[in-house]
Amino acid sequence: MDPTLKIVIVDENPIRAAILEDGLHEAGFTQVVRIAETANLLARVYALDPEVILIDLENPSRDVLEQMFQVSRVVKRPIAMFVDSSDSASIQASVDAGVSAYIVDGLKKERMKHILDLCISRFNAFSRLQGELDKTKTQLEERKVIDRAKGILMKAKDLTEEQAYALMRKTAMNENKKIAEIAQSIVMASDLLK
Amino acid sequence: MSERLRIGFIPLCDAAATIIAADRGFFADEGLDVELIREVSWSNVRDKLNIGIFDAAHLIAPVAIASSLGLGHVKVPIIAPVALGINGNAITVSPALHRALSDEAGAGVSDPLKSAQALARLVAKRKAKGEEAFTFGMTFPFSTHNYHLRYWMAAGGVDPDEDVRLVVLPPPYMVDSLTNKQVDGFCVGAPWNSVAVDKGVGHILHFMSEIFASAGEKVLGLRQTWANENADTAARLIRAHHKAGLFTDDPANREEVCAILSVPSRIGVPAEVLRRTFTGRLKVSPDGAMRESSRYLWIGKNGAARPNPVHAAWLYAQMVRWRQAPLSPALLAEAKAVYRPDLYDAASGTTQQTIQGEPADGIGAFAGPAFDDKDLAKYLAAWR
Repeated sequence: MDPTLKIVIVDENPIRAAILEDGLHEAGFTQVVRIAETANLLARVYALDPEVILIDLENPSRDVLEQMFQVSRVVKRPIAMFVDSSDSASIQASVDAGVSAYIVDGLKKERMKHILDLCISRFNAFSRLQGELDKTKTQLEERKVIDRAKGILMKAKDLTEEQAYALMRKTAMNENKKIAEIAQSIVMASDLLK
Repeated sequence: MSERLRIGFIPLCDAAATIIAADRGFFADEGLDVELIREVSWSNVRDKLNIGIFDAAHLIAPVAIASSLGLGHVKVPIIAPVALGINGNAITVSPALHRALSDEAGAGVSDPLKSAQALARLVAKRKAKGEEAFTFGMTFPFSTHNYHLRYWMAAGGVDPDEDVRLVVLPPPYMVDSLTNKQVDGFCVGAPWNSVAVDKGVGHILHFMSEIFASAGEKVLGLRQTWANENADTAARLIRAHHKAGLFTDDPANREEVCAILSVPSRIGVPAEVLRRTFTGRLKVSPDGAMRESSRYLWIGKNGAARPNPVHAAWLYAQMVRWRQAPLSPALLAEAKAVYRPDLYDAASGTTQQTIQGEPADGIGAFAGPAFDDKDLAKYLAAWR
């Protein structure tokens, strides 16, 4: 690996950018700069003069980087998008992962492939983490609602905790709904009747 | 069993035909189950269409042509069987630049030739004083906005590459950039010009319809290979757009159209702002001054949805003029072939209409030679 390769990461998500930066450091790249603010993006990229730019696809400023392809007086050196027609699997994988890469013309494909693969795996790892976090959050919220609904039922119908839960489960099965949805209805109805 | 399709779009008023077709049932009528995906950049729309994540896309016309010619990016032939809008852009400038232009041009500032000449004089003054050049925002290197700004200022004697800075800005960032004085003006589609005026940070200097009577704007882009392999589906897509375009431009449907488009997952700006765009009656200055044009934005009326190859030729001519593409008869033919009025006619059952009062050269520019799509060399030489 070439530690002198200068890589810029443009990502407004600081956690994902940090995960990617760590990955690049581990792979031996020491010159990695993160840009979170996209004001004056082009000027900042030119000032850093990187060989590789990685940008997340949810970033509207991707169009700003496209200006680097243009022959214009501010361009210092030509930049090409890595994912070209000869490598459609890479394009698909990177777009699926949500990242795009731009490189200085002439940089070897194999070297770039390594960086992009790393990028794709880190972006995917981040989405998995994000997905798990969202799932955990939802589960926690559902648990809270179910507990509240259980309490409401226990009080209103004079049931034990087990009976209240069994009633919600039975209703959910009959209605073909999730227990959390039944619990939500109970909580809402109870709030309305207050 | 209806067919599932994914269509990408950017939240702009000229995505109306696609959004209305999806949300008002025109796709469903054709047996199509369409998922619309709101995108954040033209690069994303282009790439996702090119690699097949999208089956079709609301695409800025020069991107469809550049992609087909392999300019600036991977070469993927795209066809445009529907035009999604004629006109709709505007040039908006900061209050400071508006004042300076008005001081130079007087009451003539609303005349695009006079305003462009006034800009040229301001540029010369700034140069003489050693001050920084004016900066203008546009949406993409291969964009109508880029070419429209250049056409306007060059007509007044401003060299767009030497005398000013043109920078790409995503449309949602335009207004902020004007507020922060990062740009002195911009060219963008609706509704962003109105948003700048409402915030008191911009004056609409010109509607694009004052600069060109008929400027092709967005298109429905399909991969050529996909369209060949799915000819029947493509025809149904075209037909749904044709009907949705007519529905959108019918004043009787205006309230409903604006309500559908204003939803956050679609364009996401208040219906009232959208209404101004579709009626062509816009607030142009923070003090409340209004300006009206019956040509401000056409989606489906007056044959606007039928793609006109002259528009494709004109856009290619701009790419040549501004050194994005070499001049060659083969490339010109390829650019024109991107636009497919034949597919539009076949699917919609219409034919080319002759409309009174439309420009003879298909463009109707405010200055410069008449456009000639048969002889680009002569047309371009007239500018030198």
